Amino acid sequence: MPAVTETIDAVQSVTEGAYKYGFETDIEMEFAPKGLNEDIVRFISAKKNEPQWLLDWRLKAYAMWLKMEEPRWPAVKYPPIDYQDSYYYAAPVKKAGPKSLDEVDPELLKTYAKLGIPLKEQALLAGVEGAELDGERLPVAVDAVFDSVSVATTFRARLEKEGIIFCSISEAVQKHPELVRQYLGSVVPQGDNFFAALNSAVFTDGSFVYIPKGVRCPMELSTYFRINAKSTGQFERTLIIAEAGSHVSYLEGCTAPMRDENQLHAAVVELVAMDDATIKYSTVQNWYPGDAEGKGGIYNFVTKRGACRGARSKISWTQVETGSAITWKYPSCILQGDDSVGEFYSVAITNNYQQADTGTKMFHIGKNTKSTIVSKGISAGRGQNTYRGLVKISPKASGARNFTQCDSLLIGDQCGAHTVPYIENRCISAKVEHEATTSRIAEDQLFYCRQRGLSQEDAVGLIVNGFCREVLKELPMEFAVEAQKLLQISLEGSVG
Amino acid sequence: MLKIEGLTAEIDGKQILNGIDLEIPTGEIHAIMGPNGGGKSTLSYVLAGRDGYEVTGGTATFNGIDLLALEPEERAAAGVFLAFQYPVELPGVGNANFLRTALNAIRRTKGEPELDAMQFLKLARQRMKELSMPEDMLKRGVNVGFSGGEKKRNEVLQMALLKPGLAILDETDSGLDIDALKIAADGVNALRGPDFSALVITHYQRLLNYIVPDRVHVLMGGRIVQSGGPELAKQLEESGYTAVQAA
Repeated sequence: MPAVTETIDAVQSVTEGAYKYGFETDIEMEFAPKGLNEDIVRFISAKKNEPQWLLDWRLKAYAMWLKMEEPRWPAVKYPPIDYQDSYYYAAPVKKAGPKSLDEVDPELLKTYAKLGIPLKEQALLAGVEGAELDGERLPVAVDAVFDSVSVATTFRARLEKEGIIFCSISEAVQKHPELVRQYLGSVVPQGDNFFAALNSAVFTDGSFVYIPKGVRCPMELSTYFRINAKSTGQFERTLIIAEAGSHVSYLEGCTAPMRDENQLHAAVVELVAMDDATIKYSTVQNWYPGDAEGKGGIYNFVTKRGACRGARSKISWTQVETGSAITWKYPSCILQGDDSVGEFYSVAITNNYQQADTGTKMFHIGKNTKSTIVSKGISAGRGQNTYRGLVKISPKASGARNFTQCDSLLIGDQCGAHTVPYIENRCISAKVEHEATTSRIAEDQLFYCRQRGLSQEDAVGLIVNGFCREVLKELPMEFAVEAQKLLQISLEGSVG
Repeated sequence: MLKIEGLTAEIDGKQILNGIDLEIPTGEIHAIMGPNGGGKSTLSYVLAGRDGYEVTGGTATFNGIDLLALEPEERAAAGVFLAFQYPVELPGVGNANFLRTALNAIRRTKGEPELDAMQFLKLARQRMKELSMPEDMLKRGVNVGFSGGEKKRNEVLQMALLKPGLAILDETDSGLDIDALKIAADGVNALRGPDFSALVITHYQRLLNYIVPDRVHVLMGGRIVQSGGPELAKQLEESGYTAVQAA
């Protein structure tokens, strides 16, 4: 590496601190006017050339949202959000059909390179025709969402051979309206909660996945969400449908530039699993968390819910939450089908002034339904970390079982860990177990590691990764390694 | 060579070491004996650099390097190894992962190439066989659910892998049955050589039947009050420390 570049990198790494995705891409953008009203909802719908039913659906959501109040029950504190002071639509101006890497907007290319998406995949992401890998090793198919729109989706031809649909939700609205209409809002209705209603009114893009009957998806599907534009909220909507006997593993990653302002991210994810279908949904959330003084950062208000509609279906959520100034999210499972299984594995880190109120809801409706909840909360600096969970067992859910384990790890003496488990059991034959622990990284553990030659930070990383092991092992291999590094970076400077 | 001169140290403002003078020439093994509260463990922690043990005076150098100026991990890289009296549990951290991370951290600072997982496993299995350790101890969490004896053997295994220049064994014999004691002693004896020195802290003469020291020192009241050859350990066993105190 030339000395100059090295110096620049070194300076950047110092000034940017630990968050290495905090850069901004300078690219020509198209915005809707700031603020939120019916016209903006109509603008977004028109921009996407949507059918009337979807516009009506959005407007209904908007009307509901106007009458709703922001939830105040989470254990997070933030100043009031001015919903009129944000852009609800921001998209890179599209240059039609680039034929080679040279023609693609270099700023977009650079963005993907910096996000660590491999070069060949990069060519794919930027939409270059004919750059598809012919697979010795099956790669990960990627949908890249840049601010309000999906810029590219890879490996579609390969997936189409199996009858799998993987595209942006905007495209699905055009090409598969019957599927979207049938399932959109069927798990998270428009009026489910304040942020879901907002999302339903103004969602701009997101991923759509349909796995036909009996098909095992041959590769990991993934979406990279990137917020880039200033004062812009991101409202993506993801819908995954797994027909009977199918199987899919999906992962999402997300990053944003470092800014002094707080930006809003309010996503909705809906999963539907039919008989014997399995959906594995993994998240590595790395939105900009704000600086060491708590300035800036993403407000992450997300509604994720999966419906195990079929017998013996399974939905498994795994999340590693390291970013965002505020995280408010409860990936949940509605266990309708008999013998269906819901899982929630979570690691949430709060450092500096980050706040997280996260957990899950497991609704046991079918007979012999099972759920497992493993939550690992790590608090450092002045971070506040709350596990909030609900296990609800209906009278008909005979033989239902739940096991919950909530562990909290404290680093330093100014942070907080809170556990708020709700259990509502209305079935006599159900079994519910709850275990919880709170611990701190002990001085003797650190000293032991350092005596063996590990630096203080490596020692913290090792101990934290050990603490999170049960969750990290649920992640797909490539992501597990990334997540481990991320945990360590997130905690840099938290000890000593 | 380890050279300690006039070393004084305190914990929470209470003086524990009152001027230690000790020299361990390279290649020698010295034993430190003494009653509880005499400062034996404090000396080992001070040499390893544990927080809360404040050096108030004196010097400690190893092969000319000022140990007291270094962070604990730098001392480890300089070749100082402490076998803990109470090895610490690290839940969820695989023993193999921990050992390899430690070994590679030290190799890195020495400028040696790091070992990959396969090279490491081969080496670790070989050492474990020598120490009669069951292989599943590599898979378990560091010291988690280990018996007292297993924990001590794990310390000896780490020592065998890291090959330190100076090993400090803090009551490694406590809690070991006679077979385990022999295995631990074999681990130390295997490292014996012109580039290795050791400071063996023990209450009992028993261990010194297996690790025969070049010198024996008695540490009482924060000072070395008596030094001698291996025969001193036997005398102490017979007459106790009160006799030393009286003398």
